[in-house]
Amino acid sequence: MKQLILGLAATLLMTAAHAEPTATGDLGLVIERAKGSVLLVDQSDRAALARIEGLGDLSHASLVYSPDERFAYVFGRDGGLTKVDIVTRQIVNRVVQAGNAIGGAISDDGRLVAVSNYEPGGVRVFDADTLEMVADIPTDSKTIGLVDAPGRRFVFTMWDTGETWIADFSKGDPAITKILDMGKNPYDALITSNGRTYITGLFGEDGLTALDLWAETPEPIRVLPDYGRGQEEMPVYKMPHLEGWALTGREFVLPAVGHHEVLWIDADTLTETGRTQTHGQPVFAMARPDGRQVWVNFAHPLNDTIQVIDSVSKEVVHEFKPGPAVLHMEFTPRGHEVWISVRDANKVMVYDTQTFEKLREIEADSPSGIFFTARAHKTGL
Amino acid sequence: MASLAHMQLGLRTAKPGNAAGRAGWAARAVLTTAVVLATSAFAADTLDPNALKRLVHQDCGSCHGLSLKGGLGPDLRAETLEHYDADILTGVILDGIPDTAMPPWRPLISQEEAEWIARYLLEPEAQ
Repeated sequence: MKQLILGLAATLLMTAAHAEPTATGDLGLVIERAKGSVLLVDQSDRAALARIEGLGDLSHASLVYSPDERFAYVFGRDGGLTKVDIVTRQIVNRVVQAGNAIGGAISDDGRLVAVSNYEPGGVRVFDADTLEMVADIPTDSKTIGLVDAPGRRFVFTMWDTGETWIADFSKGDPAITKILDMGKNPYDALITSNGRTYITGLFGEDGLTALDLWAETPEPIRVLPDYGRGQEEMPVYKMPHLEGWALTGREFVLPAVGHHEVLWIDADTLTETGRTQTHGQPVFAMARPDGRQVWVNFAHPLNDTIQVIDSVSKEVVHEFKPGPAVLHMEFTPRGHEVWISVRDANKVMVYDTQTFEKLREIEADSPSGIFFTARAHKTGL
Repeated sequence: MASLAHMQLGLRTAKPGNAAGRAGWAARAVLTTAVVLATSAFAADTLDPNALKRLVHQDCGSCHGLSLKGGLGPDLRAETLEHYDADILTGVILDGIPDTAMPPWRPLISQEEAEWIARYLLEPEAQ
């Protein structure tokens, strides 16, 4: 009898363990910046599944995913690095690694998580399993534009000193390559999805600066050096973001600093191919995954609006106002829908990208960044 | 407040000698300016502390941090700012700091609103 009960219990436990396998491929997390929580969402069901709390100050937070799409590493403004298990829907580890942080990246092999910090300025690198620090790289500067690059490398840039460093972890201890003279006050950077080109936007001078990471010794390449931030300078109320690689066919699209326009740049030659006038100063210019459309949101006080630009004609084909304070957009991996966080409406809104029809509103508390798990498999995200 | 940047764009692009196609902007700028003047006048009479607090934490916060502990821009907490006069802070808010990322907010907010924000930064509890 006792054996039977034990046997039953074991069967029950096994059943429980196997009852509801959680597939994470269409899940995502939404940062709730005011509350210090993240909202677990299901892309296919267009629904919120759970709220996970206790992540600290999440203003300007971002996250990356482990290669198995189970864990999210959330980078908080307060220097908190929180590892969230989206299968069990709980925090599994959390360290406060600095006083003031701005973002992070995960290495191509998924073993290292790096965080870029304003205070103390630099990059700290952690074991992805344990969150134990494995490297501390002080830079004596506010550090921005941290991305992963192939070959177990991280690339990051210094706001104060205008340098870009490449930290190569392929042989254990990091080997640092320093590239000087990237330009004055780089504010953000991105890496192409093939891991070849790293490009920083400059706040303190005209243009952008690119690096060819395939080169033996990467040299700064000036992009649009005559592009006039200085010509008709407008106050910049929010730094644009360079996130992902808004690649549309052969070109990519970048938000202009201090201008009401986005810039089109030939991806091979890094020369300008066009400009599109926009409603306001762009914050994000994000290409739908197929590259056919670019969706743009804007800085305060025009941040209630989104414009959609056709990447063939480079013309605005759709404009609408999702609501007050549109902070972020995330496309489904194949681009059929886009999720938009509307902070002051306390909602995430889901739109069809072909018809522009609103499909759903999801309640969220001051939502900002939206991150689908498909990012796990993309360099630079 | 949302219409102010329209005005700015309108005025800039309505400069003499610009392409003829921009004429529409000038007309819009005039209209928008009227709306803006009305809005500013209204704002000056009735400061909205909640809206201003939101502006400070959400919009100033995009550089200075939601809790004003600093980010790309410096720490703005009261204990850090205590040796500044409210007048100085008001001036920085309205006119920005040249050659830095601090923009002038004069196109977006009134003198009274800037003064309120300066007082709020120095004495968050009192406001």
